[in-house]
Amino acid sequence: MLEIRNLHVSVDGQPILKGLDLSVKAGEVHAIMGPNGSGKSTLAHVLAGRTGYLVTAGEVMYRSSNLLDLVAEDRARLGIFLAFQYPVEIPGVTNVYFLKAALNAQRRHNGQPELDAIDFLALIRSRLKQLDMDESLLYRSVNQGFSGGEKKRNEILQMALLEPRLALLDESDSGLDIDALKVVAGGINGLRSPERAIVLVTHYQRLLDYVVPDRVHILADGRIVRSGGRELAIELERTGYGKAADGPAMQATMP
Amino acid sequence: MNARQVASVNDYLDAFRRVSSFLPGQQLDWLRESRAEAIGRFAQQGFPTLHNEEWKYTNVTAIEHGRFNLLPPHGSEFLSRLIDSHALLDSHILVFVNGHLEPGLSRPGKLPADVKLTSLSYRLERSPDDLEEALVTYPPPSAFADLNLAFMADGAYIRLPPGCVVKAPIQLLFIASEANLAIQPRNLVLAGAGCSASLVEHHVALGDISYFTNAVTDIVLDAGASIEHHKLQQESPSAFHIATVNVSQAAKSRFISTSFALGARLSRVGIAVRLDAEDARCDLDGLYLADGRQHVDHHTRIDHLQPRCTSRERYKGVLDGASRAVFNGRVVVHPDAQGSDAVQTNHNLLLSDAAEIDTKPQLEIWADDVKCSHGATVGQLDEDQVFYLCSRGIGESAARAMLTRAFAMEVVNRVGIPALQEKLDELLHARLPQRGTAC
Ligand SMILES: Nc1ncnc2c1ncn2[C@@H]1O[C@H](COP(=O)(O)OP(=O)(O)OP(=O)(O)O)[C@@H](O)[C@H]1O
Ligand SMILES: [Mg+2]
Repeated sequence: MLEIRNLHVSVDGQPILKGLDLSVKAGEVHAIMGPNGSGKSTLAHVLAGRTGYLVTAGEVMYRSSNLLDLVAEDRARLGIFLAFQYPVEIPGVTNVYFLKAALNAQRRHNGQPELDAIDFLALIRSRLKQLDMDESLLYRSVNQGFSGGEKKRNEILQMALLEPRLALLDESDSGLDIDALKVVAGGINGLRSPERAIVLVTHYQRLLDYVVPDRVHILADGRIVRSGGRELAIELERTGYGKAADGPAMQATMP
Repeated sequence: MNARQVASVNDYLDAFRRVSSFLPGQQLDWLRESRAEAIGRFAQQGFPTLHNEEWKYTNVTAIEHGRFNLLPPHGSEFLSRLIDSHALLDSHILVFVNGHLEPGLSRPGKLPADVKLTSLSYRLERSPDDLEEALVTYPPPSAFADLNLAFMADGAYIRLPPGCVVKAPIQLLFIASEANLAIQPRNLVLAGAGCSASLVEHHVALGDISYFTNAVTDIVLDAGASIEHHKLQQESPSAFHIATVNVSQAAKSRFISTSFALGARLSRVGIAVRLDAEDARCDLDGLYLADGRQHVDHHTRIDHLQPRCTSRERYKGVLDGASRAVFNGRVVVHPDAQGSDAVQTNHNLLLSDAAEIDTKPQLEIWADDVKCSHGATVGQLDEDQVFYLCSRGIGESAARAMLTRAFAMEVVNRVGIPALQEKLDELLHARLPQRGTAC
């Protein structure tokens, strides 16, 4: 579903990603872990189509199209979804208006009829319930004044509504209390299916207890330096990145 | 078609654009379409010439060269349609055509006893006793105010007795219907102690004609009075609009002003508020939208003259094309005005590189126990916000339009009159770029 080869990206002339390779197949869940500043969010943003990043080498294939040629909205319409590490506040645009506009943009793209206000409300209410979210959040400005946990849930709500094929979740577990973590994990698991893939960026093994990954990667200094099964996350929890990144398995994954 | 003919045909085309939506039967699709097709054919063919077999012996160039007024006379069905399209639901409406009250078109409705809602010219003729103090106490603040004083002929006279509450808004609808006029309305609002009312001063035009509005509105609030003055400027794109609003406030009175500047080629609004006694409060809000080569200017001045008064000022602008805006907000805290609390902000969104804003807050503080702050910003849309919307599948231009609208709607959402809010919502929808601008 997603093939990243030798991706080099710089920001303001500063190289951030330096030859990153990653392959994700439909039906899989991958976890990316790695130290602060290693480039995890940069990777997520580049995949979602944020401008301002310069791709200096490499390529990204997504379901047989060249992803880097597409603008952000087209990527979203083709099923890519990024749950932001820091969701953006948008004063003056109500959450419900935003969610409906997003869903209908996607439906138009897919040749489906747009949902009217009544049908939309029924749909979004059922999603809110699944995520244990209060309906009042619909009528507030997007993310404005939301607590940290509410913002993360709002990201998951959007994902549950848009039902992406490839979900990139950038630290959707950070700052959540234990109940919220279960709710968010439930939302992610609800999306798992043979046609979909999920890439989780996380710092903690905790989330991976609920959403069990097929593969775990360590991203350090702009590259995937080591990959393994879920046991790698457990090892990381014990040893930290310093050791794990230099661990023996590294050689095993290098060509 | 020869060149001379084109000029005349264009006159008819222009006139059609001006009047078409107010012609009878416009709610009928078939008629509206047929009318449009007819004027389209006329524009194509022009007047018949002698080359046309059917008109070989009748020369109509005299008709062609005549300049005939295509607008029906005032007081007709025609103007009342225009009024319907601008009237706010359930409001007390006074209609002024080219500056003069048209009683036949006005719908003052039922007002509490002793409320006077009439024309200034009537009061000047019949009972001018309370006018001198209100009209000439303070020296006119500008040459334009002087000009208005010299020529003023009519406008609204509103007297609210103490304690009265007028629930529905009072709408003063100023319609410019003829080109090349100087229209100089003068409005006077005398608000008795503890009364409350909302006014909407609304300027519109019949089509794209050039004229000059020079309006002055004086508002005097007695103790504890609460008055809202919403100014909606939708002048024709070729018009000039100069407006002066003078307000004086007694103790514990509350004044709310919003200025929506949407039309005119050049507009300037000057608002001066005197907080003349303790514990008075004023809120001045504004929103200006400009594009093309429009020029829009707001100059406000708030004088804190007595202790413990509060002023809040929030102006926003959205500028596109090669438009230019000016915001100058002056707050003067006089030596006796201890405990003054003043906040002023002015935020501008520039949608094009060619647009320009000059913003200048001026705080002058002569007392020591005061809380005052101001802030001004000029900027483009936040790219993180644009990306967030796009990352959900919303097209970039739609995302930009959504954010621009949200920026402007903040001012609209503070307007306390639902019918006016609704109208502004529609106007903004029609006015702001639907697809955004690519910047
Ligand atoms: N706009 C920018 N300008 C300059 N440097 C940037 C910019 N954006 C990111 N960087 C730098 O790129 C590096 C990678 O940042 P990124 O946000 O991708 O890290 P991360 O792995 O997500 O870290 P964290 O775990 O803290 O979220 C950091 O050193 C960061 O400072
Ligand atoms: Mg990050």
